Amino acid sequence: MKWIFELYRSPIAKKAVMALTGVILFGFVLSHMAGNLKVFQGPEKINAYAEGLRELGKPILGHGELLWILRVGLLAAVGLHMLSAWQLTKLNRKARPISYAKRTPQAATYASRTMRYGGVIILFFIVYHLLHLTVGNVHVDFKHGDVYHNLVTAFQNPLIAGFYILAVTSLGFHLYHGLWSLFQSLGWSGPRFNAFRRQFAIAFAAIVTVGFVSVPLAILSGFIGH
Amino acid sequence: MKLTLNVWRQAGPDAEGRMQRYEAPDVSPEMSFLEMLDVVNQRLEENGEEPIVFDHDCREGICGACSLMIDGVAHGPQAATTACQLHMRHFKDGDEITIEPWRAAAFPVLKDLMVDRSAFDRIIQSGGYISINTGSAPDANEVLVPKVDADQAFEAAACIGCGACVAQCPNGAAQLFTSAKVSHLGLVPQGQPERDQRVVSMVAQMEAEAFGSCTNHRECEAVCPKEISIDFIARMNRDYLKARIMSRAK
Ligand code: HEM
Ligand code: FES
Repeated sequence: MKWIFELYRSPIAKKAVMALTGVILFGFVLSHMAGNLKVFQGPEKINAYAEGLRELGKPILGHGELLWILRVGLLAAVGLHMLSAWQLTKLNRKARPISYAKRTPQAATYASRTMRYGGVIILFFIVYHLLHLTVGNVHVDFKHGDVYHNLVTAFQNPLIAGFYILAVTSLGFHLYHGLWSLFQSLGWSGPRFNAFRRQFAIAFAAIVTVGFVSVPLAILSGFIGH
Repeated sequence: MKLTLNVWRQAGPDAEGRMQRYEAPDVSPEMSFLEMLDVVNQRLEENGEEPIVFDHDCREGICGACSLMIDGVAHGPQAATTACQLHMRHFKDGDEITIEPWRAAAFPVLKDLMVDRSAFDRIIQSGGYISINTGSAPDANEVLVPKVDADQAFEAAACIGCGACVAQCPNGAAQLFTSAKVSHLGLVPQGQPERDQRVVSMVAQMEAEAFGSCTNHRECEAVCPKEISIDFIARMNRDYLKARIMSRAK
């Protein structure tokens, strides 16, 4: 095991950790977004889906057990992702102690330049979001097990809906760069493959963002409601 | 053409530096950027002032010595062109031009616009070579090199080591340079025996210098005078991770 820690000292390995944990987190947000769309099928479907998540892993595992394993895994992925992001950011700041009087970016995109800030917005959002719709203690009228009710009462407030929309849009930018960048970091590159990498990043950043945004938007506009 | 220059002046490695304004009233569009600076320097010397120090050697875009940040772009506004091959016709009469040295912790300023790039030399020394036995010359074409690999190796070998990639990178990272040097040997048969050890040693040296780390902005590729592709960075990452995980190289 020692070799893994030695390998992690290398910034290239840190970036690979960031990419691999990024893939895990991407897998999570994609399935989370797809699950959320059940709200369009009405209260029974989304509530049954949320309950069904707790039965994942049956009959080998008991009620809620696999869900907890997944949660611990996700937490570890977020932790490692942030740790390597923070360590590399520190290194990179030190590498350019004196900045240019004039600098004209040539290729960097808005998304690539805001990865760190986008990441921090996502972090704050995750904390708020868990307290809001999982634990429920910052929710005005939280009913355990009634996901549909919790969503509708929350997103009828334009401020809350707006904040969710803002947060998942910054996730979209983060994914636009990240889903392309991870191929570079892991060395998955080739003349035929490279055009696909950009298309993949655009498509999935858009799918995740539009999918997430659709729920607060539908409730805010009254398309979904009691 | 009449130009105004804002130039970084710094008397020595530890001295405070500052931007200084110069008028260049008699610039011909046929001059190269360095020839324009020569004319400015000549006037400075005639007036008993210190000329502006900048690196240069071949002045034909092949040695990698020239190294100017021109208006916030390494080697200036013309793509695939070193500062010495950049001609003044790409500027307009009355332009104001900012000229700075490469800025990176790994490239300390020696004087004015000249920086110390020996960190690159140490990366090469750590593994940018192949070991061969001396003796009678092998028969020509005894070792077959696939054409596609030879072409790709040649693209990587076009790197002149100027450091524009580091200068332009927001992180001061040397991944484009190092990956070009790792790849041009790693792509040909002669480079195979040392391939794993080479990438591990050269990356270790790169990381021991004060360079940052790649965040895939693609700034380096955009300013590289030899248009080296970031595909080589992906290749180096792949070679490096493979060597560290699957081989015995250390
Ligand atoms: C918790 C807060 C987060 C922070 C602070 C954060 C920060 C970062 C940073 C700084 C990068 C490096 C960008 C670069 O250098 O190119 C990055 C890359 C990435 N992030 Fe995040 N991120 C966070 C959450 C997420 C989430 C929730 C996901 C998934 C949905 C994600 C997916 C990715 C991916 C796929 C990459 C690309 C890795 C690579 O370039 O190899 N991140 N993140
Ligand atoms: S002086 Fe040799 S490349 Fe510019």
